[in-house]
Amino acid sequence: MKQRGPNLLEREGTRSVLASMISIIIGMLVGSILILIMGLSNSSLGLSSAWDGIRLVFGGLFSTGRSASGALTWGFNSTSIGNMLFRATPLIMTGLSVAVAFKTGLFNIGAPGQYLMGTAASLIIALGIPSETVPAGLIWLLAFLGGALAGAIWGAIPGMLKAFLNINEVLACIMTNWIAANLVTWVFDGSNYRNLVENTKSAYIYKTAYNNVATPKLGLDAIFPNSQVNGGIIIAVVLAVLVYILMTKTTLGYELKACGSNRHAARYAGINDKRNIVLSMAIAGALSGIAASLYYLSGNTEFFWATYQSLPATGFNGIPVALLAVNHPIGVIFTGCFMSMLDIVGLQLTNLTAYNEYITDVIISVIVYLSAFSLVIKMMLTKRGKKGKTPTRTAGDAPAQTAEKGGESA
Amino acid sequence: MTFLIQQTLIYAIPLMIVALAGVYAERSGIINLALEGIMIFGAFVGVLFVNLTQQAGTFDAAKAAGDWVALQGFELLAMLVAAIMGAIFSLLLSFASVNLKADQTIGGTALNLMAPALVLFLIRIIANQNTLQMYTGDAASWFMIKKSLFGYGRNDEMGFLGSTFIDKVYLATYVCILLFVILSIILYKTRFGLRLRSCGENPQAADSLGINVYKMRYIGTTISGALAGMGGFVYALTTANCASTGDVAGFGFLALAVMIFGNWKPLNIAGASLLFGLFKCVAAAYSSIDINGDGVFLLAQIGISPHFYRMLPYLITLIVLAFTSKKSRAPKAEGIPYDKGQR
Repeated sequence: MKQRGPNLLEREGTRSVLASMISIIIGMLVGSILILIMGLSNSSLGLSSAWDGIRLVFGGLFSTGRSASGALTWGFNSTSIGNMLFRATPLIMTGLSVAVAFKTGLFNIGAPGQYLMGTAASLIIALGIPSETVPAGLIWLLAFLGGALAGAIWGAIPGMLKAFLNINEVLACIMTNWIAANLVTWVFDGSNYRNLVENTKSAYIYKTAYNNVATPKLGLDAIFPNSQVNGGIIIAVVLAVLVYILMTKTTLGYELKACGSNRHAARYAGINDKRNIVLSMAIAGALSGIAASLYYLSGNTEFFWATYQSLPATGFNGIPVALLAVNHPIGVIFTGCFMSMLDIVGLQLTNLTAYNEYITDVIISVIVYLSAFSLVIKMMLTKRGKKGKTPTRTAGDAPAQTAEKGGESA
Repeated sequence: MTFLIQQTLIYAIPLMIVALAGVYAERSGIINLALEGIMIFGAFVGVLFVNLTQQAGTFDAAKAAGDWVALQGFELLAMLVAAIMGAIFSLLLSFASVNLKADQTIGGTALNLMAPALVLFLIRIIANQNTLQMYTGDAASWFMIKKSLFGYGRNDEMGFLGSTFIDKVYLATYVCILLFVILSIILYKTRFGLRLRSCGENPQAADSLGINVYKMRYIGTTISGALAGMGGFVYALTTANCASTGDVAGFGFLALAVMIFGNWKPLNIAGASLLFGLFKCVAAAYSSIDINGDGVFLLAQIGISPHFYRMLPYLITLIVLAFTSKKSRAPKAEGIPYDKGQR
């Protein structure tokens, strides 16, 4: 008897998407409740400002500011949407970085450090090669590759420590993060790359446009006028598809995933597990490095080089991007856009209300917290699905489903 | 030398107590990656408590009268509040990892993201800037123990020991040392400690002997949260002039490194935290360290970049871990959710 596939509601992918949606909604609700509590408990804020804040949390992307009478106005905001795509570019890349490492059983919390090293390498190449003698397009390409290489090296370090010395990669990544933060400050401190022309900008590096290096806009600026959007987002999407192909259609991807599910079994099957751990971290690092290249080579972004006291949030936000997408490279594209939308929401909140952008970080952290036990949410969804199950379904497809889930949790 | 020892202690003691916090969680079988976040939260709560109490004027009379016993009590109270709130915050982690069997690494990371976000959100609304400070005065004038309290005059000599350990110190430092000793003894010499440790090594066997593994893991993580919250406030009090900025500069992670370097054993951890405290102290104050008291600031004069000194604690951590990781022995069952049905 030929069996029909599970219907849309019972498919693994659908459940993952649903679980992520639930996490997102709960996260936003928690943010709203926090705004409400602060609004009601603080006499200078009040209920109406809290209501404004909550509406912005959910619809900040389509806010067009305040009207003359002080009410919030809504509509298509090309600046916001263009900027969302621009900011999504590095988030998609760091999300891919974390997702690839996750697929191979490693937790890449080192994305901020890899991102910083990628930033430094890209900027040094983009600003160091004079564009009078070398074509700007070539400099861009070199800087892009340089960023990827620097990230790969920085990612490979914890990978090697894990593979050969059995040091917990989380701890090694955290240490390399702070080393990178100090190293980058050290490199730029006293260098010629510091922006000394605009003296209001202390501790900033020149924009790469200063050397005529900038990512081409590819016509996107015509669709979203007054925004920073450029071709980087297209490169990020292409890379996401490439990572998807690498992980699902190639031998290398298969070996990496095998090491992730069971390192010892993989070695028994003749896979070089140490090489694969290093390789996986190097790929993850390269992706984080590319995140930085795409962001800082846009031409009009400035890098604050005195980073030794803080790590870039873009790196850490790769973690929720990957978790929300259940480590699926294509899903990362959408969750990356969602995260950058939250960024825009934070900006609107700061500009238009008495609340501030940190509420979006709270929302993100709630989402991460929920995705720590997304398996439980998924199981709850499964139970709900089972209740409404039609009796024609045979028991034969149950083991297949659990096997699938087993692969997912690893 | 006096300065060097004092500065080292200032960094080493919070490290030590937070590393012990990590030990309590991991010995019970829960990886507490959230130490950093709990420290940030504890620091904020403690500073907010100090700020609000000052605003209410509760200790103004004591301050005016120079009643330092009351002021030290105030400090202890703030530590207690930070510890309680740290414990409550850590319940988020234990709930996720014990009841929901969640991935503990991700749960801890979530708390690490949540604490600074929440704290900065609140600070920005309360203080209208990114730092929450004391309402009046500074940490030194309110809480620091000075030689004048013991009847010494401004120019009196106290001797090496006196000026190092009694003058210009915080009571919090000694409370932490005392707590460290007591809790280490509890972990190793009592029935409760043995039960807690058994849950991190072989929870199935512990359960078969009638120990409630879930309860033990809750207790371990809660003690861990309390210690980390307190450690966060002590860090803010002694190194940041009792101010909260939603940041402890990776101190919680350093404590984790100290814990691993110390092989999950209290005595080794005490030694390791002194070593790391020294490096952290060099990183923070290299330009004003006068090693042998001859007025020569050696470290500043070698001409090594300050960035190198700042990098040093993290670099040393990696190198030390590289050499010790082969020998290190983590609790066997840490990070694995306990499932009663599993054999």
